[in-house]
Parts: sequence; structure tokens; C-alpha cells
Amino acid sequence: MIAPRLWREFPQRYRYEAGECKKCGKIYFPPRLICSVCKSKEFKKIVLKRSGTLLTYTIIRVPPSQFKDEAPYAMGIVELDGGGRINTQIVDCDFEKIQIGMKVRVEFRRIQAEGEAGVIGYGYKCIPA
Amino acid sequence: MRDVAIIGVGMQKWGELWEKSLRELFVEAAMLAIEDAGVDRIDSMQVGCMSSGLFVGQEHIGSLLADYLGVAPIPSTRVETACASGGAAFRMAFIEVASGISDIVLAGGVEKMTDVGGDEATYALGTAADQEYEGFNGITFPGLYAMMAQRHMYEHGTTREQLARVAVKNHEHGSSNPLAQFPMKITVEQVINSVMIADPLRILDCSPITDGAAAAILCPLEMARKIGKKDLVKVIGSGQATDTIALHDRDDLTSLRSTARAAETAYKMAGKKPEDIDFAEVHDCFTIAEICITEALGFCEKGKGGPLVEAGATSLGGRIPVNTSGGLKSKGHPVGATGVAQVIEAVHQLRGEAGDRQVEGARVGLTQNMGGSGGSAVVHIMEAL
Repeated sequence: MIAPRLWREFPQRYRYEAGECKKCGKIYFPPRLICSVCKSKEFKKIVLKRSGTLLTYTIIRVPPSQFKDEAPYAMGIVELDGGGRINTQIVDCDFEKIQIGMKVRVEFRRIQAEGEAGVIGYGYKCIPA
Repeated sequence: MRDVAIIGVGMQKWGELWEKSLRELFVEAAMLAIEDAGVDRIDSMQVGCMSSGLFVGQEHIGSLLADYLGVAPIPSTRVETACASGGAAFRMAFIEVASGISDIVLAGGVEKMTDVGGDEATYALGTAADQEYEGFNGITFPGLYAMMAQRHMYEHGTTREQLARVAVKNHEHGSSNPLAQFPMKITVEQVINSVMIADPLRILDCSPITDGAAAAILCPLEMARKIGKKDLVKVIGSGQATDTIALHDRDDLTSLRSTARAAETAYKMAGKKPEDIDFAEVHDCFTIAEICITEALGFCEKGKGGPLVEAGATSLGGRIPVNTSGGLKSKGHPVGATGVAQVIEAVHQLRGEAGDRQVEGARVGLTQNMGGSGGSAVVHIMEAL
């Protein structure tokens, strides 16, 4: 079932909810049940900041099936201000302008339509800050 | 723990083999390995396969393959750690023999990838990444390794040409491997002018989509001696490790920690150091991968994988020849079979039967097989007795 699978991730994809380990402070996105670092099971719910820095990027020219109509598109790994990292598309930006270290902002966008019914999955993409 | 020997290996030419099914691919390789071993029975099978479900719609291949090899009712299990499935199957077979549970065990690997189109294959391979937090956003495997490459170039000054050197070297090696899918030689110019897949990686930086299988037979060293096997190859080290499944969750985006950890375990078990290794077969799924792997295995310092390949140190005749078989790049990459095929090349080298690509005086060889963007890694060290 596609709908429940998408619905389960709403807190992360719509609201950027993450878990911060109460003992060692490590931030997990998505939240986890146990901390990989200190094994603590207690977490504080936090909301990730919607700004960050691009650590690396690429331009996807050969996409997977469900992104067939969108290629080429840029993707990167963003370190968010205040902690937490995401894998995300970089949009509304010429490919030539993308570079490591650039500041970006997180936006709520349509990501893909899944399955025969075309259930739309929303989530986050980044744009230049 | 019992000492374990590899007494037989088998594989046929890899490629786009439309006329052969998954079961035929596997059974042909397994029969060759059994014949090479000269045994009249096997007691158990461990078979690496990443995604028969997505590639051919078939699960439960442990039963299927034992049935078609005519060895049922022996135990037979499919092992899956993405592209490291073959290496993991070999390790399970090693553990099974070493523990005394079984005597003669077949370690196999198989993948039938060309029954689906290119975008479906890209999707199937992509399931080795975090589906909800990487794949959902549109990333692909070339894309993940491209991001490692971009960061490696940024941090360590690795050049576009150094990446290309990996592909050129491996095709040069593969040109003398009659079983390789793409045995043609290529040039740096061809690599850097080939079609872009995920910047900066071009198609000649990427391993191909391949149909193929591989098999090896393991047994206790004592038994191998008793039945009079010559040119014995002993498994002296085995290590396996994991890392975060998502690339972005790693503090250092260019360090393959699972490979470093698996190697540390294997080196320790074998009582060897990186400088004791005469040659290595490693998981060059993309050119950048081989550069990061040579660093993680300790063949050079962190960040120096580019200069290492550029100086020819990893070429045949160099200080530490890497991927004499042609690697995944030239030999092909039927994902579940790759880890076992690496062992086969190591056995050929250690028996001195690698022909034009023979590493002179090869006594100790290492294999490194990796799944996902490095979420899994398996390392083995073998010695000629």
C-alpha cells in the first residue's frame, strides 16, 4: 500500500521532525528508537532548521523509473544549520551555479507520484538561499 | 575453528545473455566448480543474489537452485547484502566449513539483470540505498557515488583524469580475461568524453549491467590434502562490517568505514598487513569507489587513492596490482555473483594460472566486496600453500 507508506513519513517530510538523543545530543532524521552512539533510548523531539549548507552534489542524468520525466535534475547532501543532514534535490537553480559550500533553504515540494494510482508524495527540496 | 581450503572454482563468460535464465546461469557455474574440485557430492550451498525478486520476479532461489543443480535435499540458502551478496555467501560458506557444521560447501552467486529495462534496473539497484530518505528523493547509485567523487575531488584534489585512470587500467587488465563482458581497451580521452550519467561520473566510470554467475567449492584443508588436491588455496582471513545505509548520515562522506573495519578484522585473522598483500580484487562499481577502497584497505594514505592509480601502483606489474580480472568495470557486475568471481580471480592468481594477467610470485591475495554506498563490506584474504 502506497498511501500508508507515504502517510507514515508525514512528520518528517512535512514537518522536518527529528529526534535528539537526550544523553549525547546526536540528532537523528528520521527519529530512531536507540542511539547508535551512546545506546540511550530517550529522545527529545526537535524540528530541523530550514536552512543549511551544501556538502556535495551531482546532476542525475539517468534517473530511476519514477523520475523518468524529470531528468536531468540536481541532487545534493545538505548539512542543516543547527544539525541534521538530508539527501535532497536542489531546484530553482542553474546547474552551473551549484557548488559545494553554497547556502540553501529547505522548501516543501511535490517529489513524485507513486504506483498506478499516481499517489503524490510530497517532501522537501532545497533552493539557493 | 578448522582450516578451510578452496578446492574448485567455476564461471562462464559474463554478458548480456538473453538466451540464459537465472537457473541456467547458476547451474553452469556450479557444475564447473564441482568438476574443478573433483568432488562427488556437496553438503550445503550458500548463494549470493541481490534482487532476483525485482529482476526476474523470483524469490526462494535457495530451493530453486539446489533443485536444478540436482542436489536437493541438501540445505541451500540465499544470502543478501546488496552488491556484497556474493562475498557474504562466500563468508557464510567459510563459516559453515570452519565451524564443522558441513564439510563440502558451495559458495555461489548469481544475478540475471537484463530481463528488465535500464530504468527498472536502475530502480532495482537503487533499493540498496535508504528507500525512504535517499531513493524517495530521486537519487540513484551512480548519483550517490558521484556525490562521493565530487567531495573527494573537493577535499583531496582528486582529478577527473585520475578517476578515468581506474577505468582505463581495469579495461587493460580485463582485455586478457576471456570471461570478461567488455574486454576492450579504452583511453582516458574516451572515458572523459563518454556520456554523462551523474556528474562527474560518465558511463565509462560505471560498471555495467550484467547477467552472470560464479561458484567456488570449500572444504576443510585436511580433507583437501587427504583427497590429494594440488595447488591448495587457504582462506586465512575473513571480515564483514556495516556502516550507515544512507550516505548523508556519515560524518566523512569519502571514508568507507565498513571496508576499513572488515579489512581490519580480516588482516588480524590472517596475521597480515596491507604491505603483505600481493594483489587485490576490489569493488570498483564506479571509478571513485576503487580510489576510496584502496585508501580504506591501507594501500595508500587517506586521500591519496588518485595519485596511487595515476602512478601505476595498482596496475599489473605495479606495487599492488588491483583488479587483474578487469574488475567490475570490464569483467561485468552481475551484483550477486561479483563477490564470488573476485574469489575465483584470487584462486587463479594463487594457483599461477592467470595467463597474461598473472601477478608474478603471487602468494597472498585479498578480495573486497561492497554493498550499497558502503553500507556493507566483506573482505577475504587467501594464501597459496
